[in-house]
Amino acid sequence: MGDNLGTIHTPAAASGADVRLENFEGPLDLLLYLIRRDDLDIYDIPIAQITREYLSYLNVIKDLNLETAGDFLVMASTLMLIKAQMLLPSPEGEEAEGPDPRAELVSKLLEYQRYKEAAALLAAYNEKAKDVYYRQAPLPFAQEDFALSASVFDLIGAFQRILEEAPKDVEQILRDEIPLEVKIRWVLDLLAEKESIAFEDLFTAGTRRLERVVTFLALLELIRLKQITARQADVFGPIRLYRAEGFPLKSEEGSLKPHGR
Amino acid sequence: MDANDIKKILEALLFITEQPVPLKTLETLFDPPVPREDLLGILHSLAREYAERGSALEASEIAGGWQFSTRPEFAPWIRQLFKDRLTYRLSSSAMETLSIVAYKQPITRSEIEEIRGVEVTAVLDTLVERKLVRIAGRKETVGRPLLYATTLDFLRAFGLKRLEDLPSVESLTPPGAPAPSEALPAETLSSDIQN
Repeated sequence: MGDNLGTIHTPAAASGADVRLENFEGPLDLLLYLIRRDDLDIYDIPIAQITREYLSYLNVIKDLNLETAGDFLVMASTLMLIKAQMLLPSPEGEEAEGPDPRAELVSKLLEYQRYKEAAALLAAYNEKAKDVYYRQAPLPFAQEDFALSASVFDLIGAFQRILEEAPKDVEQILRDEIPLEVKIRWVLDLLAEKESIAFEDLFTAGTRRLERVVTFLALLELIRLKQITARQADVFGPIRLYRAEGFPLKSEEGSLKPHGR
Repeated sequence: MDANDIKKILEALLFITEQPVPLKTLETLFDPPVPREDLLGILHSLAREYAERGSALEASEIAGGWQFSTRPEFAPWIRQLFKDRLTYRLSSSAMETLSIVAYKQPITRSEIEEIRGVEVTAVLDTLVERKLVRIAGRKETVGRPLLYATTLDFLRAFGLKRLEDLPSVESLTPPGAPAPSEALPAETLSSDIQN
């Protein structure tokens, strides 16, 4: 199966691009991200606020046709249900308040957060152990990690602002197709000239919504293939894109394949 | 047979093995038997000898056994030699999935998905393919789903002598959060380190 941590099927057009990004974190991760970003109390989540924030991210995720969008939709309905339950008066006759409708979500978030921490811990262990080799042992972690330093949610948040500026496409009547490969090549060529570019600068050329979506997908794909990295100086700060050192930046066909084993 | 002979034999065994050899296994090779404590003492003195000599090799206790490894400073040369066999490091979603398997094994795919809130089929396949996770059997429930557990290679890749070396889930609980309802039963873990 090769390196299948994230596969993008690339039908030439973006309008129906079916994107699978298994590296993509899920709805719980998005909620934790929003809670941290807005400095919210996990035990007393302002459900109206977080639902609003969540839905605005969801809009972008849906635009991207990410395969995981379904998981995000389920969480959206959970959030809206909790919101509704909190608006309803407690059942008549009941003096004491019923259980907090948020309780189940909170305990899920806490459990998930624990395993995120465990994952960070394992990564630290691996950092210490990665240079120790044993006879015949697989070499699973030999290459430097060019995964995101800016999280996917940082990228989506930045992209969301860019989408807002874009005029709505005339309802896809002008459905000319923009191949993902072309955009990938374009981004690579840009980065061949300079060492880094601001995230926003990628989107000044194409003004149409669809074109911006394709550019963003190209970006995600290049990050996945470890050809470029997305970094930010501060947490939640502006994002810059860098070309990944040590990897040949060729834009010819075939060079975009990740190294197999 | 004096301790020096035994040390040489152990040196040969640790050099040639592809998997860490458990002390238990080493014990069975000697007739008349050598007490386990003596073997352990000799292993440690062998390790010390290599360290003092400034060797490129290390006799290490890892993943439930003993085996030679190369010292970290030689990693760049080894990577150079095995260039074509390199693979990428794991993504954060793979690490999260792996940590859930490590702590909650044996565990089914849907139980992992319940915690992560996303589908993990492909990520699990990758972990199995990279021999960090193995199929440990089936759960005796409806549909008899597959159970997943970590492997010996997992321990080795993360520098763990045994699974119990992982800190308890409680210690990972963020400050202020209530303690998790279920603790990690140590015995279920120790029985699972065999590949």
